[in-house]
Amino acid sequence: MMRRLFVAIILLLPMATIAAAELPYSFTPDLSNEASLQRGAKLYMNYCSGCHTLNHMRYSTIAKDLGIPEDIVQYNLMMTSDEIHSQIRGTMPDKSKEWFGTVPPDLTLTARLHGANWLYNFLLTFYVDETQENGVNNLVMESTAMPWALWPLQGYQKLTTEGDGDSPEFELVQEGSMEPTEFRRAVGDLVNFLEYVGEPMKLERYSLGIKVIIFLLVFTVLAYLLKREMWRDVK
Amino acid sequence: MANRFMGWIDDRFPLTQLWNEHVGEYMAPKNFNFWYYFGSLALLVLVNQLLTGIWLTMFYNPSAEGAFDSVLYIMRDVEWGWLIRYMHSTGASFFFIVVYLHMFRGLMYGSHRRPRELIWIFGCLIYLALMAEAFMGYVLPWGNMSYWGAQVIISLFGAIPVIGDTLVTWIRGDFVISGATLNRFFALHVVALPFILVGLVIAHVMALHHVGSNNPDGIEIKDHTDESGKPLDGIPFHPYYTVKDLYGVGVFLILFAAVVFFVPTFGGYFLEQPNFTEADSLATPEHIAPVWYFTPFYAMLRAVPSKFGGVIVMFAAVLILFVLPWLDRSRVKSVRYKGPIFKIALGVFAATFLLLGYLGTQTPSGLVTTLARLGTIVYFAFFLLMPFYTRFEKTKPVPERVTK
Repeated sequence: MMRRLFVAIILLLPMATIAAAELPYSFTPDLSNEASLQRGAKLYMNYCSGCHTLNHMRYSTIAKDLGIPEDIVQYNLMMTSDEIHSQIRGTMPDKSKEWFGTVPPDLTLTARLHGANWLYNFLLTFYVDETQENGVNNLVMESTAMPWALWPLQGYQKLTTEGDGDSPEFELVQEGSMEPTEFRRAVGDLVNFLEYVGEPMKLERYSLGIKVIIFLLVFTVLAYLLKREMWRDVK
Repeated sequence: MANRFMGWIDDRFPLTQLWNEHVGEYMAPKNFNFWYYFGSLALLVLVNQLLTGIWLTMFYNPSAEGAFDSVLYIMRDVEWGWLIRYMHSTGASFFFIVVYLHMFRGLMYGSHRRPRELIWIFGCLIYLALMAEAFMGYVLPWGNMSYWGAQVIISLFGAIPVIGDTLVTWIRGDFVISGATLNRFFALHVVALPFILVGLVIAHVMALHHVGSNNPDGIEIKDHTDESGKPLDGIPFHPYYTVKDLYGVGVFLILFAAVVFFVPTFGGYFLEQPNFTEADSLATPEHIAPVWYFTPFYAMLRAVPSKFGGVIVMFAAVLILFVLPWLDRSRVKSVRYKGPIFKIALGVFAATFLLLGYLGTQTPSGLVTTLARLGTIVYFAFFLLMPFYTRFEKTKPVPERVTK
């Protein structure tokens, strides 16, 4: 009984952090979807890199990891540099603090800091709010300084029902170039890409991990058999 | 040829003698069970920490300006850097898991009892040094939780009357946590404390091999020897326990690798999320909690209404371990032959320690504080009442020879 109680307590521990703030949408990143990562990289370079930086991410690493030929990266994705091995620096002048009231954060680790799910919700819950200086507000990060950068794709939406944060309803007031479902997929691609940027070695980590554990299983079985043989004469 | 070479060495350095004393002819009880794996595993983790630490030091930049970026550099640009760092960060947590289980083993089988008091005390010193080592190591990545964690823990010393403020400034080397603090923590983490740790581990093992190992029955195998003076219930450490521990190492490494490769952050318990942003003296994380292995003590600290009182309780909770050998007055060493009161006390103590660990991760609220207070009382009662409940308790007869 006591032992079961211990096990239960230990198993319950990690639950505490998982049950954090409620977010209306749920998203699980899929790093094995290379096409999605490539689309996400394109979206990032076109819509985010104007203001944000990825100071710890190199173009060449993206080219290699996402299977994009270097010349395509060079001609289509490199807006801020012409050196393939350089990091993705921003194009933002020093005025950004004056313009937005804050410097747009570096996004290298955002997916690790807040989680992919948080990012997905953040990007889907921008809505028109005239009381804000930049004309929009956000359900996940109230009074965000970020203007709605993806408006050419989504358009603008207004919040019709707040629904206690877990089931809000929106209505498009201005259409963008994408259908709502198409836009959701695009946001998913973008978040997927940022998840990859947060930890580029994650895929390698999984595939190497399986090999290491298979090796260790074989090792442990052999070590056990050796032990059993050696201990035969211990009465 | 090999014999002549060994002879040449042995004439100049007692290599064969050392090997025989500590491995080849060290007689260990034959009835070690599951709980006896954790000593050798602690040694394995120590070696892991030393080796991965050396490699991390090659690329780490110990300055407030460069620390955070250099850790990212290790994670992204250094070949296998991510693996080395995850092995080090996971190793820190596994060190404590292994050490806690190792200590619990001692508590269960009375390994701290006469004549092994010094082994236990060296062990407590290792635990203390390990806590300092882990705390300082946690500051080095210079993430925001590193910064604020250090801020909270160091400011505790400020609660000491009269000298508190001066002491805090002396520890930090500055009026706030700064590059000066980071640099001295780096020096202590990579040079001073590893030296102390390795020295204490050597003393711990030497003392153990001098008096001989305890075992789950808590009886002395040296009491029954054959004509040549070898314990009848003893077997040479090598090859019997080297192969047995090798098997333990295999099982341990499977669990270790599973964390390193699949859940290195362990849901925010081994690597906390707020540490993925650089140290910022202007942005306090929403909820500051130390890493899991400190949370039982952190819960006790918060349980006491006065700050200074909390600091005393927290340090007392660690220091009380040192006198354990003199608190246990039972006629028998092992839990196997103790009465029900000790068994219940030990179970309640272990559950309380886990509960306090959980409470230390939670934001303080009415219920959390009440439970933490109760937990603190139970924690201390286990030790302070031990002279009474162990002395008067009826024990079972102890066998002459070890049992299976």
